[in-house]
Amino acid sequence: MSKYKMHLLICGGTGCKASSSDAIAEKLKLELAANNLQDEVQVIMTGCFGFCEKGPIVKVLPDNTFYTQVKPEDATEIVKEHVVKGRKVERLLYVDPTKKAAIEDSKHMGFYRKQMRIALRNCGFINPENIDEYIAREGYQALGKVLTEYTPQQTIDIIKKSGLRGRGGGGFPTGLKWEIASKNHADQKYVVCNADEGDPGAFMDRSILEGDPHSVLEAMAICGYCIGATKGLIYIRAEYPLAIKRLKVAIDQAREYGLLGSEIFGTSFSFDIELRYGAGAFVCGEETALIHSMEGLRGEPSNKPPFPAQSGYMGKPTNVNNVETFANVPPIILKGADWYSSIGTEKSKGTKVFALAGKINNVGLIEVPMGITLREVIFEIGGGIKNGKKFKAVQTGGPSGGCLTEKHLDTPIDFDNLIAAGSMMGSGGMIVMDEDDCMVSVAKFYLDFTVEESCGKCSPCRIGNKRLYELLERITKGEGTMEDLERLRNLSQVIKDTSLCGLGQTTPNPVLSTLDNFYDEYVAHVVDKKCPSGQCKSLMQYVIDPEACVGCTACARNCPVNAISGERKKPHEINQSICIKCGACMEKCKFDAISIK
Amino acid sequence: MTKVKSLADLKKMKETLQAKIDLREKGEAAENLVQIKVAMATCGIASGAKNVMDFLLEELEKRGINAVVTQTGCMGYCYAEPTIEVKLPNADPVVFGYVDTKKADEIIEKYIKNGELVDGIIPVNYESIDNK
Repeated sequence: MSKYKMHLLICGGTGCKASSSDAIAEKLKLELAANNLQDEVQVIMTGCFGFCEKGPIVKVLPDNTFYTQVKPEDATEIVKEHVVKGRKVERLLYVDPTKKAAIEDSKHMGFYRKQMRIALRNCGFINPENIDEYIAREGYQALGKVLTEYTPQQTIDIIKKSGLRGRGGGGFPTGLKWEIASKNHADQKYVVCNADEGDPGAFMDRSILEGDPHSVLEAMAICGYCIGATKGLIYIRAEYPLAIKRLKVAIDQAREYGLLGSEIFGTSFSFDIELRYGAGAFVCGEETALIHSMEGLRGEPSNKPPFPAQSGYMGKPTNVNNVETFANVPPIILKGADWYSSIGTEKSKGTKVFALAGKINNVGLIEVPMGITLREVIFEIGGGIKNGKKFKAVQTGGPSGGCLTEKHLDTPIDFDNLIAAGSMMGSGGMIVMDEDDCMVSVAKFYLDFTVEESCGKCSPCRIGNKRLYELLERITKGEGTMEDLERLRNLSQVIKDTSLCGLGQTTPNPVLSTLDNFYDEYVAHVVDKKCPSGQCKSLMQYVIDPEACVGCTACARNCPVNAISGERKKPHEINQSICIKCGACMEKCKFDAISIK
Repeated sequence: MTKVKSLADLKKMKETLQAKIDLREKGEAAENLVQIKVAMATCGIASGAKNVMDFLLEELEKRGINAVVTQTGCMGYCYAEPTIEVKLPNADPVVFGYVDTKKADEIIEKYIKNGELVDGIIPVNYESIDNK
């Protein structure tokens, strides 16, 4: 038995690694060795803790101390003070922004209090590169149980009864998907894991693969058993090198233990998994495009039917599920369908992982039960809006979703409510916007992304989105007309109705939802030629208040295009036809004489 | 490397491997377990707190008691070192002074197992170190 008295967990997710968490781990190990404590204190690299805002994180157990924004040079103090003398390093503790008090124990942090971790159960807890730690957390027992105690149909029934729905965006019932694939007969079938996470700001799949890769492998094997497949493929984008590395390590370890390969658990069931790399095209998250990409063809979607469950990879029945969906499967098998379906709302069971981003205090990854309200997520877990600004909107569902406003804050979050509110669950990205964000620009930003990512196969998406983008550009430049607003709406509807795949069918959502919720802002751009948030450069003017200007010349000297003129000690003026609206004058003015109009 | 041949195999492996992450799982669920803090400042260490901590860790494990043993700083009772604070679930913390391995044994058997108070409690207006 290990003699360790203390464990130091260090976040080894991509975010914290970029902030040199590797160096922190090395330094901690050196310091421990210098104090002859290497046999008493273990240093473990784990997956993401989710609290990326304040990374890198170091967590000390068993006393549950949560250190934030740790630097390699802090290692000495952590070891000397906390490990050796038992005194917590106060300056590294998380300070509650509302109460201004340091919180020692992560369980008392607002960020964690309302969370419920199922898919992320092992992230930030185990070493993802060590299968033993996964097994210690009941890993692979769900697979063992299914193979030795249940028939494929019984297993499918459990998943069906649990109410689990696809976490990639569509929300299709997972058990039903498996059942359809199981009923199609073929000599070979495939289980595919969709790890082509493409929404801007979403990183839940990456974090699961980096923090708990075995849970996905185990679930894929369970799915293989259910549908009668012996081969699994993980389609992952090449931009996720750490996730790829950890998956490879995990697959090798699982093979070594006989948990992948032939005759698993002494039964006749065989299953193995390979990786397939994507080049990071957004459209390849669509299952038919993903399958074509894996076959070595262009990543373009094709018409359904035939559905992948009938004719997918290499023309064989194929079941595609997203990473987060798979990560939910082992706990459902072990704890039962009733346990899972007791969590969440009537039609959306279980939990959902969200990536909080934008103008929010606690940027990071959270997992909450379905049915929680946006208010709880944004103001309690997320800690509210940055710099005390006012909340304006939140974009859910990435570029395919829509924006929700103040009036939706108390709506319980689930698949159906979000659609009813004009948005969607998507993969779970949540981008929070404050009063300074211009909603027309936000819609334009998403269109810019989708124009870039449209595969070009069908014309509504290829041409229609480009035209939408041009309309929005005209409006933000102050050249739009009221007819343009009508045109935006009509064109959006046509694109939605006629596009071939989910990408085109959803790209107009940001336009439609901002039109619905912020029509006044559009009108202000078109009629008054004003951007209420002061974001659209073409629509704003920097002006000098002659009363407040003392003629110090600081603005004129710092203007890069010499647009400001005036005599010393007399009010200055900005020539609007030369001004490029860089804002340098306003920054330099010490007398608050320059404002945006 | 041994292969996992059956579910029973895997479950057995889990039991053995549990020790690897036990400390972490207990830490996460500390409020439902016996929590012991050993004062490990210079005064405590000089009086043998390290031995007491090792003894507690080993014996609690042997006697099958689910407990979280952590070290803490000086509690201010340097005259009575080694000192330990014991917090049973749903009870207020109690501090014992002059704890050697013999005393520690008594604390486990009487206080932790049966809730019977034993001699050596540092009394009166004691507050948990965390509230100071």
